[in-house]
Amino acid sequence: MPGQDLSGFDAAHLDVLKEIGNIGAGNAATALSRMLSLRIPMETPKVKILAISEADRALGGPETPAVAVLAELSGEIGGMMMFLLDIRFAGLLLRRMLGKTRADLRNMTELERSVFSEIGNVMIGSYMRAVSSLSGLSIRMSVPAVTCDMVGSLLTVPAAEMGKVSDRILLIEGSFAGSGFSIGGCPGKVNLMLVPRVESLKKLLDSLGILP
Amino acid sequence: MSGLITVNISDMKVSESPAVFVTYALGSCVGVCLYDSALKIGGMGHILLPHFPEGSRPGRINRYADTCLPAMVSEMERRGCLRSRMVAKIAGGAKMFEMADGSGLGDIGARNTEAVKSALQKLKVRITAEDTGLNYGRTVYFYTEDGRMVVKSFARGEKVYG
Repeated sequence: MPGQDLSGFDAAHLDVLKEIGNIGAGNAATALSRMLSLRIPMETPKVKILAISEADRALGGPETPAVAVLAELSGEIGGMMMFLLDIRFAGLLLRRMLGKTRADLRNMTELERSVFSEIGNVMIGSYMRAVSSLSGLSIRMSVPAVTCDMVGSLLTVPAAEMGKVSDRILLIEGSFAGSGFSIGGCPGKVNLMLVPRVESLKKLLDSLGILP
Repeated sequence: MSGLITVNISDMKVSESPAVFVTYALGSCVGVCLYDSALKIGGMGHILLPHFPEGSRPGRINRYADTCLPAMVSEMERRGCLRSRMVAKIAGGAKMFEMADGSGLGDIGARNTEAVKSALQKLKVRITAEDTGLNYGRTVYFYTEDGRMVVKSFARGEKVYG
């Protein structure tokens, strides 16, 4: 049984979270395809449990720039969820959505910010709907906030929340494989990070029937 | 220039000269650089949270402002530094996300900065430079040869605190 942190996860727990991740990712890819009027297949996501110090390495190193969308979760599951976009992929999405040739992500306009907020809303919402329907728990999410900065600095927010009890986070690594997005070798890489409060995680696993 | 000493999140290190410390991508965390210019000994901490929770197991002291800083000062004193000569330069404590009203997520940076200042005050260590708050991440370099702190960011350029 998982203890105070995520270190006690075994293969069965991971399988369940992976399955939820798959369903969530499928929903998200469908919703995003509709938003962008493009067919975007999404590869099976990889679900990983990582120490916070390993997470920024897994995301390309602490100083790698990324766009992050953060939503707070409340209701029967508390915590937060973060959606991270590779910065080149973020630029491509903006061009696709706004028809711009160049965007300065260091100085986003309100419109550009709202595009990411909406994409994050779709991605996080899809994942949370999958979690909610499988577990029967009701989950609300806040209006998401958008920041573009070094990935390490973005991770300090979930790290500070988890740091009260644990050094680990749950990372869902997804990859869009739509042909429209593979310009200049851009990987179309996105990451979702679920940071549940500890009591919520227990409730979640309990509701999914994987706690004794 | 000698080797770079990397200080990870929730970590603290002390070194004689010549040394260059670096801590990458501080967000809501606070980086603290302590320096004794007479001995050219420096220390750096990367603090994640304000206060050591009561009843928590020991061994994680460098994660918290109120336990990391006394440990860093002691380690410097053990190497011959004098408290009266020590000065501090601090950076970080940003508000990385502008959440809707009522959310407690956004203000951890400010609470960290406040806890670092109050811990330093208790230790009677003066702060000579500060680059904290606002809404962006910072990478901090700290040079034991002259005690300067260099703060780099993704969107706001570089600042030098001599």
